[in-house]
Amino acid sequence: MGKVAFVVGDDVSTDVIYPGRYMATVLPTETPQFAFANDPALNAKLNAKEVPPGSVLVGGKNFGCGSSREQAVSCLKGWELTIVASDVARIFLQNSINLGLNIITAPGVEASIGDEVVVEGKKVVNRTTGKSWDVVPLPPARQAIIDAGGLIACTRKKMLEARAKG
Amino acid sequence: MGKTVVEKILARAAGLPEVTAGDVVEPRVDVAMSHENAALVINQFLEIYEGTGVTAHPWDVSKIAIIFDHRVPAESPKTASNQKKIREFVDAHRISRFHDVRGDVGGICHQILPEYGYVRPGQVVVGTDSHTTSHGALGAFSFGIGATEMASVWTLGVALNVEVPPTIKVEVNGEFPPHVGPKDLILHLVGKLTAQGANFRVLEFHGETMRKMSTSGRLAVCNMSVEAGATSGIVPADEETLRYLREEAGVTDPVEPVVPDADAVYERVVTVDVSTLEPQIACPHTVDNVKPISEVAGVKVHQVVIGSCTNGRIDDLEAAVNIIRGKKVAQGTRMLVFPASGRVFQEALDRGYVSDFMRAGAVVMNAGCGPCLGVHEGALGDNEVAVSTTNRNFKGRMGNPKSEVYLCSPAVAAASAVAGVLADPRKGS
Repeated sequence: MGKVAFVVGDDVSTDVIYPGRYMATVLPTETPQFAFANDPALNAKLNAKEVPPGSVLVGGKNFGCGSSREQAVSCLKGWELTIVASDVARIFLQNSINLGLNIITAPGVEASIGDEVVVEGKKVVNRTTGKSWDVVPLPPARQAIIDAGGLIACTRKKMLEARAKG
Repeated sequence: MGKTVVEKILARAAGLPEVTAGDVVEPRVDVAMSHENAALVINQFLEIYEGTGVTAHPWDVSKIAIIFDHRVPAESPKTASNQKKIREFVDAHRISRFHDVRGDVGGICHQILPEYGYVRPGQVVVGTDSHTTSHGALGAFSFGIGATEMASVWTLGVALNVEVPPTIKVEVNGEFPPHVGPKDLILHLVGKLTAQGANFRVLEFHGETMRKMSTSGRLAVCNMSVEAGATSGIVPADEETLRYLREEAGVTDPVEPVVPDADAVYERVVTVDVSTLEPQIACPHTVDNVKPISEVAGVKVHQVVIGSCTNGRIDDLEAAVNIIRGKKVAQGTRMLVFPASGRVFQEALDRGYVSDFMRAGAVVMNAGCGPCLGVHEGALGDNEVAVSTTNRNFKGRMGNPKSEVYLCSPAVAAASAVAGVLADPRKGS
């Protein structure tokens, strides 16, 4: 993790993260260019490649609400962003885990662009302001998918195990 | 200790004697639904098998349903190619529950599933669409998932790592006043719970109002449960569910309703009395920004949209046509109507509704998602306002971040089309 590149408010929907008109684009290699496409400044900042991998997007409550479109996750993962939000909508959180987008829930988290935000133990720490917030741990079942290398790898392993058992 | 309906459904689907909120289970899936995003599901599905030497074939093709609705007919070569790729997959794997771009059996996925009797009480239903919550209207546990998760379901036949959700009991009582109905109830409830108030939770609906409500109304209520963040909404199956399945969905085989125990443990109980409810409006740009019509009437409206998986059924069209018949859509306002399915469209033709709408100046479009998600038709201009019976008003939802969307019932939408401003259907015009 590193410097905060983006701060967005509450209820940022997947329609904002990845507008519906780009949904016919499905390849994770092609979705990042359309991240936040309705916000010209934000989208331009990403496409200008000014945001180094590991940069942080700080969200408010209900981040990723709305549509189940997975492109909203793959487009952020493509830029190797880390998401830290007060809370995350269910399907978005699940999609993030399945695809391996680094996402952290820390209720109340606050930061400004340029702040340095890191995880220390069970806390998210804003090193610039000195404030810190508790991380909500992932339920063990979700952590298991991350540990297996994402849902594709996890499913492949289970499929092969089931076949081996006959 | 008593169990909620979802705890009972998940215990059965996971082959366990009982489960409790917070447990993690791997339930067998009864219905696995996708729309055009099956193109991405197919990619992920093939990736699971890549390099394993195992031939990719879904676990049970009789449980997969694929329905084209988001962009019908295709708006671009890219969409058309995605649809072509899906058709080829459907043919190769002999998937019979496939609804192509057609005037007879086509329509919106959340309308097709109930109409064709694919969903039954007690089932586990997953769909690569957040409004899969709709099917709780038939007493199933039904929730939205991502494309990769669907690829996993196609491979294994189970949903991995499902946390049994806590349940909020919603007790709805009272009789709806004239021109107030299920859409107003769910908008009011989303406003009350807030957009994340039910995140990771199930809304289980009870009360006299729910018992008397048609399956169509229950579909609208469960459909928008996700707008409060809910994993699912569910109405435990009752006489109305059986009536719908037998009379409208043509189901003839045995149906086994699953109902909650009388002493089920709920996280909390929310009560709503609809007898004093006004028509409700979700104002821009969040669905929980809900106000009664009296506070927002008079806003200039450029486009009225009637349809979608929320409110595109025959009773929705009826409520609208009863207001607009013999009148005219106001100058400076355009009205778009899109029935939820080919079957609904046919019924609207038979009843003369299509003619009534067209004579009033509305444009009746083909069945499908239409302008709801801003992908291929009915876009809004800069600073324009839409009044819509759809389910989301997020910034840019209808294709233009510089426009605004107000959500409402079909009655409010029709009254607003005639008035040219956001209008109260109880006041006539």
